[in-house]
Formats: sequence, structure tokens, C-alpha cells
Amino acid sequence: MSDEASSTYLPQGLPIPVAEPDDLSAPYWAGLRQNRLLVQRCVRCRSWQFGPEWLCHHCHAFDPEWTEVEAHGRIFSWERVWHPSHAVLRQHGPYLAVLVELPHAGAVRMVGNLLGDPMQTVAIGDPVEGVFEHRLQTDPPYSLLQWRTG
Amino acid sequence: MARTSAERSLRGRVAVIGIGETDYYRHGASPDPEFKLALKAILAACSDAGIDPRDVEGFASYGDDRSEASRVAAALGIHRLRSATMQWGGGGGGCCAAVANAAASIVAGLSDCVVVFRSLAQGQYGRFGQTTGIDTISGEKAYLMPYGVLAPPQRFAMRVQRYMHEHGVRQEALRAIALASYHHAQSNPRAIMHGKPLDVSKYDASRWIVEPFHLYDCCMENDGAAALVLVSEERAKEYRQKPVYVLGAAVGSGHRAGASPHNSPLYASASFDTVAPDLYRMARLGPSDVGVVQAYENFTGGVAMALAEHGFFKPEEANEFLTFENLIAPSARLPLNTSGGNLAECYMHGFELVLEAVRQVRGTSTSQAKRSDVAMVIGGPMVTPVSNLLLGSEATL
Repeated sequence: MSDEASSTYLPQGLPIPVAEPDDLSAPYWAGLRQNRLLVQRCVRCRSWQFGPEWLCHHCHAFDPEWTEVEAHGRIFSWERVWHPSHAVLRQHGPYLAVLVELPHAGAVRMVGNLLGDPMQTVAIGDPVEGVFEHRLQTDPPYSLLQWRTG
Repeated sequence: MARTSAERSLRGRVAVIGIGETDYYRHGASPDPEFKLALKAILAACSDAGIDPRDVEGFASYGDDRSEASRVAAALGIHRLRSATMQWGGGGGGCCAAVANAAASIVAGLSDCVVVFRSLAQGQYGRFGQTTGIDTISGEKAYLMPYGVLAPPQRFAMRVQRYMHEHGVRQEALRAIALASYHHAQSNPRAIMHGKPLDVSKYDASRWIVEPFHLYDCCMENDGAAALVLVSEERAKEYRQKPVYVLGAAVGSGHRAGASPHNSPLYASASFDTVAPDLYRMARLGPSDVGVVQAYENFTGGVAMALAEHGFFKPEEANEFLTFENLIAPSARLPLNTSGGNLAECYMHGFELVLEAVRQVRGTSTSQAKRSDVAMVIGGPMVTPVSNLLLGSEATL
């Protein structure tokens, strides 16, 4: 295993995120590669929006602007996963997924893993900091946004 | 002739005159290909009704059923095809919507006799709980799968966790739902878990799939098919069986329920916030009129949320309401999933629940509820669109 493989939270081989054929989410994934978290924000009414869409759901202005936000938030929900729903997870053991709310970006939410001991106590409402996880040896390479507590 | 929204209704306008299903199998155990299963279920439903299958005029399904309407029509040699509807998205959330779409096509005069069915052989086309073999992913799943949020158990556990947190719902409430399904399956020879009872200690000792779901909180993965025959109310009494009338149906979800990934404003919800009131309004009934409920168990937590959203209890009352004693036929407070449902009869993507509601109104369930004149089906909690259905006897019209 390479150093990169051992420093990622989950093993290599899970589905690789790529933008849609119409490139709707391309700026988001490109941002993660550069340690930047981008979320859509409407130029006209200033509403936040995530996941991305071509239209602001609030005022119907097209093409909300990709806006950089600080990668921190609070745990909105969580789960500890035991059953492997993918072959590469069969010998892996439990892992944590969290749903993180970003109060400073319209309370949009995003899913990631909670780094550290998978058996740690997780509390809804706890603050978390984003950690960019780069996977440059895959084809295509990609980056994820993970989370760790305070 | 203009009709107001309140006058436009399915209430009492169509009736189920036949039901049928194949044998139900563990995934991979069906000796028949999926399409053959579909044909067997449809022929069984026609036989139950006592109609010539060639007189069927339309087909309705959901969940992207692979047994496509025109192929079915050609295989059966029906005289002519007059309606073919596929409910968009939502997987099992379409199990009642497919009936609603068929009913609507009959009421609108597009066709006179429609078969609603679901055929699904997960052993032949891939298990819902496994996701191996996907190289790259786009759209909603791209924000989830790389983090190990892969299959339905992981995709819905966080919703339930949040709901339990917001309303103080305990694991015991989820457990009661699983125990009720397994209890009813012991009386049902069709059920895959017939002869495999579940008790408290077995549930508690079972492995976690994903917290807060134990193994027994999760639906099975199966092979089979199920079907029903729907005709207009005018013709309902011409057939062999006691007609079971559609009293109401509703489809959809609330404001931005489809905001992905996990960004629906009402997150800790089964998506019935607008759909349950629509159902009761069309049926001109309320929760206290409902004698027996079949509620789609993708996961027990979704059942708890869906029952609360249909007004059977307040979320804060879930722990007191959701006990084994309250949920079993014949005469508990609310007999629930009386065939064993997705957990213990067969995961026929919820269509086995629709058939069971018909049996309850007919009075032929293997776990017959005492009050069964009005039977509810709730389809696919936590997805969008969801759907629901109220069925009733002639006396309820």
C-alpha cells in the first residue's frame, strides 16, 4: 500500500466522484483539489445552495455563483457503519459518516467521514473542522472533504 | 363541466378485483427469470379476479420495473394497450403511486382495466444492498458513496438518527416494529421468514448494519412479483371477488424534499408532511378511521416516522405507541404489517403490502385485523416521491 492509501480514511476502490456530463458540479470537485470548499450562492438574492443546481431555488436567477466558505460546521446527524456494502470494505471494520451543517453558509449540509477512532462518542451539535483528503494516485484523481472534532 | 379540486377525486371510483403473486424467494433462489415472474403474478391476479388476461388494457408500475408494459402486453396477447404508466423515482415510494396512476387513467377514461404490478429479482440484476463494481459516480451519489454512504442502509440511517435525537425515540420503538412484522409472518405461509420467529433477545443480539439499524430493522432482498387488477367502480361487482375500493391516494413530497445531498429542509422526516393530509382529504377520513396499516419498511425507523406523519401518534409519543402489544392483529391499537411486510414476508418493493391491504378489506389475511373496513398502505418512507393509499369495502363508500 502507498502512503496515500494508508492516510485515507476509507480504502481505495470506492466509487470516484466526477462531475456530471453537463459539468454542474465541476467547480466543487475542482475546489476540493485546491483545498477550497465552494458552495453556490445566488448573485441576486444571496441565498446559499448545496448541492448545486443551475437555478437559485429562492429567486430563480440562473447560475448561482460558486463562493468559497470556511470548512467548519457542526454535526447535524451521524451514523456508524458496520455492514460492508462494497467489497473493499469487507475487512475494514466500522467507520463513521457525519452530516455536517454549515451555519455560516445558509445552513447547507454535507456528508463526510468523522476522522479518528470509529468508536468515539459522536454528539449532534458538536463543532467540526474540515480536512481535505487528496487521492492523487487514482484515475481520475480526486479529493474529499473529511471532518474532525474541535 | 368544470370541477373544483375538491370534487376531483379517486374516492370510490375504482376497485381492486384481483390480486396475485408468485412464490417469494430469497435473492438468487428464483428458478424463474424476472420477466417470467411478472407474467406469473399478472396471470395469478387475473385468475383471482376471474377475467381473461387478454381483456387487460393497461399496465402501471414503479421503481423502473424492467418488465416493460409493451413487452408484457405482447407476451399476454392483450387485445389492445390503452395505458402504460411508470412512476418517476423514489423506488418503493412508488408502490401506492402506481395504483393511483392506474386508477387515474381509469377515472379519466383512458382505459377500463389496468394491471398494477412489480417484478423484482435482485438475485438476477443486483442486490440493493451491494454497490461493488461502480468506477465513477456523478450527481447526488457522488457526495455520498466516496464516504461509504453507499446503499440504502447508510443513506437513511442519518435521517432516523436525527429523528430519534429530535424526539427522544428509543431503539425499543424500532424493535417493536420488527417484532410485529416477524410475528405476523409466522402465520403467513407465503412469508420467507415463516417458521423463523424473532424475539427481543434475538433482535438485541443481532449485528448492527449501521447504527441505529440492527439486522432486523432492515428489509430483505428478494426475488418475486406481485400484481393486482383494477377496474372502474361500475364494473366492480361483475367479478369473482368482493371488490376493494380505492378511497384515496396521494403522491409526492414537501418543499424541496429532493434537495440533495441530504439538504431537504425537513430532514428528519419520512416525506409525508404534505402527502398524508392529501390522502385523508381525498378519502374524507382521518387516522381514527383506519383499522389496519401496512407501512413500507425499508427500515423500521422510517415506519415510525411515517406513522407519526399520518397522525397515529405524535413523534414525542412514539415510545409509548410503538410497542409489540399495540401493533399486532387482530385487535391491538393499530395492527401493523400483518403479512410480515418487507421485513419478513417478502421485499416485493412494497407491493406485497398493497396486496395485504386488499386481503384485509376482503377479510382473508392470515393475520386478520378486527377492524379492517378501511386499510392503509404507506409507501417508501424517507424517499421522494412517496405515496400512500386508503382502501375500503363497499360499506365505506
